[in-house]
Amino acid sequence: MPGKVVTVTSGKGGVGKTTATANIAAAMALKNQKVVCIDADIGLRNLDVVLGLENRIVYDLVDVIEGRCRLRQAMIRDKRLPELYLIPAAQTRDKSAVSPSDMVRLCNELKPEFDWVLIDSPAGIERGFRNAIAAADIIVVVTNPEVSAVRDADRIIGLIEAEEKGPAQLIINRIKPDMVKKGDMLSPDDVLELLAVELLGLIPEDETVITSTNRGVPVVIDGKSRAGRAFRNISQRLLGERVPFASIEESGGLFNQIGRIFRKGGG
Amino acid sequence: MAGFFDRLLSREPKSAYQAKERMKLVLVHDRSNLSPQALEQLKDELIEVISRHVNIDTQGMRVEITKEGREQRLIADIPIKTLAKRRMG
Repeated sequence: MPGKVVTVTSGKGGVGKTTATANIAAAMALKNQKVVCIDADIGLRNLDVVLGLENRIVYDLVDVIEGRCRLRQAMIRDKRLPELYLIPAAQTRDKSAVSPSDMVRLCNELKPEFDWVLIDSPAGIERGFRNAIAAADIIVVVTNPEVSAVRDADRIIGLIEAEEKGPAQLIINRIKPDMVKKGDMLSPDDVLELLAVELLGLIPEDETVITSTNRGVPVVIDGKSRAGRAFRNISQRLLGERVPFASIEESGGLFNQIGRIFRKGGG
Repeated sequence: MAGFFDRLLSREPKSAYQAKERMKLVLVHDRSNLSPQALEQLKDELIEVISRHVNIDTQGMRVEITKEGREQRLIADIPIKTLAKRRMG
């Protein structure tokens, strides 16, 4: 069976797209899936540093597209995980170096060899975003429980629907349960009600994301990290396993409500 | 402790509630690409057109965008002034 292409996007920058891409990819690789990540943020490459592979780049995505190297030569293998590869973005070019049809061609070449092709989209709604979603089978939208991130997520979800690439699946990142309990942060229920999309995962704010990113190690490898667990749950859901939202991601009442909302509204 | 009682007595809604209420409105107008001003203008034009054909109660009229999931609908609820009502008024 050919692999699936999953694009991680958001509209707003800085909500955690790259962290989500890196960790979902690593979690899938831990489940013995063969995974390749593509950094589609040309000119602002970052997936390489988040994955800790920055010192091994020789060729990049634009080199592949423009025929300066073979696809294999641009794929960096992560030696810590069984089957995880990265195709880095070019750092000295811009988004116009790649077209949506280039991305479709590239993904068609990768799909027979991999279980999953994960694409880290740039922020924004322009060319880079169009490139990133062109080949997608599944589009994951990352947002934070903040007005600006929610508004941009809504815009992106609308564009995904207009392109008939939907329905998008939502990850709410950087949730602070204490603030939600006090009524000082939009709850996951609030965000889901506003955006009216299917929920894929809830990630609590967690300092281990920062420390592990400092080291270039995906946080999913840390068995004790709450964010790591949430990312592992997301990858399991993408693999078709039914992981309830209640009780697993967080103890306490907050996340118990989510399961209900999801079952009622999701689909 | 004072802070707690201040909050207990204060009438200001929680910030998350305010965020949600603001976003509800913003998203309706973002999605439809129809600003509150444009909606108001649409309402005025509707009144003008419909009044040519039937006598309507412009005070009781509502024109609004409703949503069901991600689908939006423009709803116009326009009471017609009946002869009986006019006699009563």
